[in-house]
Amino acid sequence: MLRLEARAQPSRGWSYASPLLALVLTVVIGVLLFLALGKDPVAGLRVFFWEPIKSSYALGELTVKATPLLLIALGLAVCFRSNVWNIGAEGQYVMGAIFAGGVALLADKHSSGAIVIPILLAGMLGGMLWAALTAWLRDRFNANEILVSLMLVYVAVLILNYLVAGPWKDPQGYNFPQSKTFELATRIPRLFEGSRVSIGVFLALALVALSWVFLFRTRAGFAQQVGGLAPAAARYAGFSSRRALWLALLVSGGMAGLAGALEVAGPIGQLTPYVPAGYGFAAIIVAFVGRLHPLGMVFSAILMSMFYIGGELAQSRLGLPKSLTGVFQGLLLFTLLACDTLVNYRLRIKAPSLATARDAA
Amino acid sequence: MNSALPRLQLAGITKAYPGVIANSEVSLRVLPGEIHAVLGENGAGKSTLMKIIYGSVKPDAGTVTFNGQLTHIRNPQEARALGISMVFQHFSLFDTLTVAENVWLGQSASMNLAEVTQSIQAKAGEYGLDIEPDRPVHTLSVGEMQRVEIIRALLTEPQLLILDEPTSVLTPQAVDKLFVVLRKLAAQGCSILYISHKLHEIRALCQACTVMRGGKVTGVCQPDQETNASLSRMMIGAEPPQLSHAAAKVGQRVLAVEQLSLPRQDQFGVDLQDVSLQVHAGEVVGIAGVSGNGQSELLYALSGEDARAPRGSLRIGAVDVSRLHPGARRKLGLHFVPEERLGRGAVPTLSLAHNMLLTRNEAISHPHFLGGWVRVGQLRTHAQDIIRRFNVKAGGPDSAARALSGGNLQKFIVGREIDARPKLFIVSQPTWGVDVGAAAQIRAEILALRDAGCAVLVVSEELEELFEVCDRLHVMARGRLSPSLPTAQATVERIGEWMSGLWNQTEAAHAAA
Repeated sequence: MLRLEARAQPSRGWSYASPLLALVLTVVIGVLLFLALGKDPVAGLRVFFWEPIKSSYALGELTVKATPLLLIALGLAVCFRSNVWNIGAEGQYVMGAIFAGGVALLADKHSSGAIVIPILLAGMLGGMLWAALTAWLRDRFNANEILVSLMLVYVAVLILNYLVAGPWKDPQGYNFPQSKTFELATRIPRLFEGSRVSIGVFLALALVALSWVFLFRTRAGFAQQVGGLAPAAARYAGFSSRRALWLALLVSGGMAGLAGALEVAGPIGQLTPYVPAGYGFAAIIVAFVGRLHPLGMVFSAILMSMFYIGGELAQSRLGLPKSLTGVFQGLLLFTLLACDTLVNYRLRIKAPSLATARDAA
Repeated sequence: MNSALPRLQLAGITKAYPGVIANSEVSLRVLPGEIHAVLGENGAGKSTLMKIIYGSVKPDAGTVTFNGQLTHIRNPQEARALGISMVFQHFSLFDTLTVAENVWLGQSASMNLAEVTQSIQAKAGEYGLDIEPDRPVHTLSVGEMQRVEIIRALLTEPQLLILDEPTSVLTPQAVDKLFVVLRKLAAQGCSILYISHKLHEIRALCQACTVMRGGKVTGVCQPDQETNASLSRMMIGAEPPQLSHAAAKVGQRVLAVEQLSLPRQDQFGVDLQDVSLQVHAGEVVGIAGVSGNGQSELLYALSGEDARAPRGSLRIGAVDVSRLHPGARRKLGLHFVPEERLGRGAVPTLSLAHNMLLTRNEAISHPHFLGGWVRVGQLRTHAQDIIRRFNVKAGGPDSAARALSGGNLQKFIVGREIDARPKLFIVSQPTWGVDVGAAAQIRAEILALRDAGCAVLVVSEELEELFEVCDRLHVMARGRLSPSLPTAQATVERIGEWMSGLWNQTEAAHAAA
């Protein structure tokens, strides 16, 4: 008989092993899924786990997708650790893209490359403003931040659609709902010719270090997390819960906005209705699979990015629907939640106990 | 009824957890209608033994015999079906539900809420347990929650009632009332298992006593034949240290509360009315009273967790602190130990070292950079110092707060605040649920702090404790605070009367006499 037994203390080992076990289970279920679809599972696993890392070009693409995921997840981790449930990073990402795009559209042939700085700042500002709406509604009216931030995603997407179909539509764009292509000067500097990897990846890694320092080495970061773990203790210590709310939402909004700016002024190069790619939602999974730990999230962002690329390849190589990406993301989150049980419980194989044996005799 | 047949008999009960043997070869024999004490310090294995009787823990070995029948109680439902009820020290009530709804959850499905409400009122009337069935549980004081638990247990018409440390939240009068209830129950034939570490209560109430230490039974006796000293020897292997209470050397006024009135924040809270209070350096002032009479509201206002007090109503030294937040008051030398240890005084999931950061800044450098840089090494050393100095039993500075027993966590929190050398030390229920040894240690620390010139305010429901450590006493009732009385002139009877809010009448009577 198997049974769960509560542990006296959460297991540190399992909190690291659980995401790995979840990944293994996801792969196993993936294999079964490929078999059920009548596809060769080895080929299936190849497109998800080998193709994305087999060449320097592939690694570049992997980085391009992992960067926005990591940036957004870093911000979300601050939120989730403070018990602020910002589900609307996608909206903040879109708003960041709109603000950044607005600045990029101001550039002309004579603009210098320095315009990249105001573009990035505008993106952060856009994301922060959008998150500030949620913070204000929660602070002033005690509105539920989960609902408000989620609903604001759709508002942000509609604003984007309005802009690209109306005032910002490219006059030479054959009536497609998209802005004109940004000037070359606005492009985020790339690391090497021929690769789409930009300096954004360094920004993201710098922010990993910064957020580790903030969370684990500053008193403000500590105060932020106490508010999430034990609100009454935060009040006792004198840590302001309003300040924690605003800080969490502004940080995560700013990071999502920055990701939007990097994306729109980087790989995309114009505003289109396809800017919202679901990074804001996928980053929630990145944050939890990465244990809300800055370093953990580097790995989980890479993993999720593999799923994105694998999904696209599965479509072109194996003729499978692209939504397989979502299936794998969902599987990973579900198996992780299941495996996390082992952090707080141990599994016991229980032999019939002495007392029962005596009764039977 | 055959009175020789025990209601409950345990033989050879053994239960081991990873790393500890909670019960080893424990035997226990309870007769019908007997009030049987189980005496022991925290961690002696009393709770595990009760959980085994109540079916929520399964023993590794041993037998349970109920009314002469060998039984295997597999879960609490089966225990209740047999006629065993339990009132836990940590209540199992849903905060968001009302009293009646909570009781309803444990009842048979055939009853509706109105019937449950009615039977609560009937039981409450029969035993004189005052309770409002329609109030949500989160608005009740600890003492009131206990009444709910007792009524819930009584509604099952138990043959064996288990009470875990029931008097820690009651006034002397309420304890007396509870004893009346318990004696009445016993006279009706119900057996009672009374878990406690309060020797005088056991001697006053119980007919038999089983003493436990380190998971083993160390003695069975008739408590009325024993002295406190002999019981205590069986329980801790030694007599508790005596406190030496020297006369107070009263210095300057440190805390002044002037006619503080504060409307409640929570709809079932208590309005503070016209509360005036002074605490001087070098004295311990106590506030007695049944919980839920405004003590928690007063403490919120004093600590700054509720910073709505009218300007000028609260002063520390010469500074008006009415509107200051807790951190600013701490800078003025106020350190506070709240009643709730887990979740308020400490963050359950964080290490002891990190819990230092709630109120201490010694390990912080560069305070202007994001609140300051945390020097983790120094933080751990500091926590380790407190663990050593206050004799906290813990795995070390990295163990999570929730891994400590209640008494040890309390020693840590009290230690953390005393170590800060406060000018004004406020402590609520300093020894609630703490074992005899630890309680004596905490009281001695409070007196040492006083002798070092600190102003101390103690809020407690345990009168004995207040009489032991305080120089002056106030009583709180219905949001008002009585005038103070030197402890030397106070008696349990008089303080007990004041707890009902009757200080004006008794003052008049004493004046007339």
